[in-house]
Amino acid sequence: MKKIFYILTIFLFKFNIAYSLIEVDITRGNLDPLPIAVSPLHVDPQSDNYKDVKIKELGELISSVVEKNFKSTGLFNPLNKDAFVQKPDIAHLKPRFEDWSLITAQVLVTGKLLIKDEKLKIEFRLWDVAANKEMIALAFTTTPSNWRRVAHIISDKIYERLTGETGYFDTRIIYVSETGPRTQRVKKLAIMDQDGENTKYLTLGNELVLTPRFNPTNQLVTYLSYFRNLPRVYLLDIETGIQEVVGNFPGMTFAPRFSPDGKKIIMSFAKNGNSDIYTMDLESRLVEKITEDSSIDTSPSYSPEGKYIVFNSDRSGLQQIYTMKSDGSGVKRISFGDGLYGTPVWSPRGDLIAFTKVKGGKFYIGVMRSDGSGERLLTENFYQEAPSWSPNGRLLVFYRETKSGKNGEGFTAKLWSIDITGYNEKELKTETDASDPSWSSLLSK
Amino acid sequence: MTRSLIYSLSFHAVMILLTVLSLPFMIRQPVDLPPIISVELIQISDKTNILFAPKARKVIEKVKEEEKRVVSEQAPPAAKAKEKPDRIPLPKEQEEKKELIEKKQNPEEIKPEIRQASEFEKKEIIDTNQIAALIDKAKEESAKVEKSEKKLTQSSVKNSFASGLTLSEEDALRAQIFGCWTVPLGLPYDDDLLVRIKLELKQDGTISKSEILDHERMNKPGQKFYKILAESALRAVRICQPLRVPQTGYKKWKNIQLNFNPTEMLKG
Repeated sequence: MKKIFYILTIFLFKFNIAYSLIEVDITRGNLDPLPIAVSPLHVDPQSDNYKDVKIKELGELISSVVEKNFKSTGLFNPLNKDAFVQKPDIAHLKPRFEDWSLITAQVLVTGKLLIKDEKLKIEFRLWDVAANKEMIALAFTTTPSNWRRVAHIISDKIYERLTGETGYFDTRIIYVSETGPRTQRVKKLAIMDQDGENTKYLTLGNELVLTPRFNPTNQLVTYLSYFRNLPRVYLLDIETGIQEVVGNFPGMTFAPRFSPDGKKIIMSFAKNGNSDIYTMDLESRLVEKITEDSSIDTSPSYSPEGKYIVFNSDRSGLQQIYTMKSDGSGVKRISFGDGLYGTPVWSPRGDLIAFTKVKGGKFYIGVMRSDGSGERLLTENFYQEAPSWSPNGRLLVFYRETKSGKNGEGFTAKLWSIDITGYNEKELKTETDASDPSWSSLLSK
Repeated sequence: MTRSLIYSLSFHAVMILLTVLSLPFMIRQPVDLPPIISVELIQISDKTNILFAPKARKVIEKVKEEEKRVVSEQAPPAAKAKEKPDRIPLPKEQEEKKELIEKKQNPEEIKPEIRQASEFEKKEIIDTNQIAALIDKAKEESAKVEKSEKKLTQSSVKNSFASGLTLSEEDALRAQIFGCWTVPLGLPYDDDLLVRIKLELKQDGTISKSEILDHERMNKPGQKFYKILAESALRAVRICQPLRVPQTGYKKWKNIQLNFNPTEMLKG
């Protein structure tokens, strides 16, 4: 009886001594690029030879494409391979995490590949080094010549798993390639992978081409070309190379662009000396007038869900940005800053509008929210314009001309990209001078 | 029967008595609460954001110069130079010296002309218009900072009093985790993204157990951003260990909860 009494007494008093839980708010972190180790893919020794694909080096090549993609984002810091303790031939198994945390890797990519019966099979795994666990594991089978695309797809999957937003590596950029002296430029349509590889020329350069734009749903391109000094809007299927004329339009025609569902194109052209915005249904070829104003309305772009249109107009006296419903009603001015605003493009995420601003003799690429608030100028230069969004809405690609002398010497036009935060501004390598870029949607959805 | 009833009743009575005695609020005397003093918590940064900083610096430098002058007059170094260290002073001389030193250190003994001079200098330095300008600017500049840091300081106050972890200890822990946490930049800034991680720590600051309090949210559809944030927070905690914890009071900080909220940071 006594024993029970003592036990109960101790029990009761013990419960009295309790501490409240300490809570600490963590509201800041670092913005340093995430250290990532991309181990070369292990090549299965049973792999067959395939045409001119260097099988032994393929594991290294794929990992270097993945690394290059990550480095270009500015969000990741691929670690030097010389520091890797584990070799690729065992890295496709469960890694020794302590070896990787030793070199400060926070995440690790491993994988293996096999070429058999003219098919390339690639497996890859993403590991959380700190948590000692697998984050994602995927396998792809394709033709061996497609290895570069597989590398981009792997990059996209890892990027999405680590950042939460879709990637943009398995994409292409179409642009106008420019060669020759400034007074006699030869302009061709060109297309390349987003990392500058695999450049192909789609037109011969006999006619002047302008403003190519991707269809957001497939690999169809619309562009403007001058045939016998008359502007024509063309459609081009990149996969098949088939081209067709959508229509002849009178006067000055500007910047045709697809609707988000890809069924319409929207553009501006001048009729009776007045420039307005029109849409054309690609099936019925019916043209509909959207704006009815005596001012110059140009550069229309749809919001991602297709309900609204952003465009620029000088109806207030100076060229500013306006939004309206897709039927042309509810026109609202959204830019109010000093200077001129042009080439507005709605982000695929829907939250921002990119634009070119001209102020004090300088050109700026900037973004603002879709209601016009929060204007941020990302980059300033002597001459730059035509921003185009990456499919995930994180990056902008645009073209920039460098200053030239009186006789046109020293003149270059190049493609540049910049993050919406204003960081990571860099030139995209192109074989020739380049202008009017347009970023495709993801090739593999 | 009666016997067992008596046993039962007496045992219950003992239990009730023990419970009453052991519950702290039952026996605690009402405490005379001191009056509440409102304290403004301001985060101290290395650099001031007051626009008048250059002016203020000039003023401070002036004051410092004057202080220097006053100090040198109070204890002139020339007196030391006259001393002859080789000669052992006579007892009388020693006494005189002591008196002299005591006089110099006594503030009451400062010569009136010196005090007047310092007060005169003060008048010249402290220009009321300038102060008003400084205060006005400081208000403008610090208003936003205070607003944004409000949540942080409130929790700090709450924790430091409730748990016994001092502000500096908490700040050290917070600063350590700041350095380890790589914030995923693709997260939307307008979502409710608060990840709460409960940790059980060893005495050396290493983690013996970690638990995401809303872990079921991680696998819900449409919660991929939450999952990514939670993973990044867990990664940060693991990379950071051993955590910077106090040397003492292990029982107080054995269990700790970290609330990761990147919203303000993502908003930029």
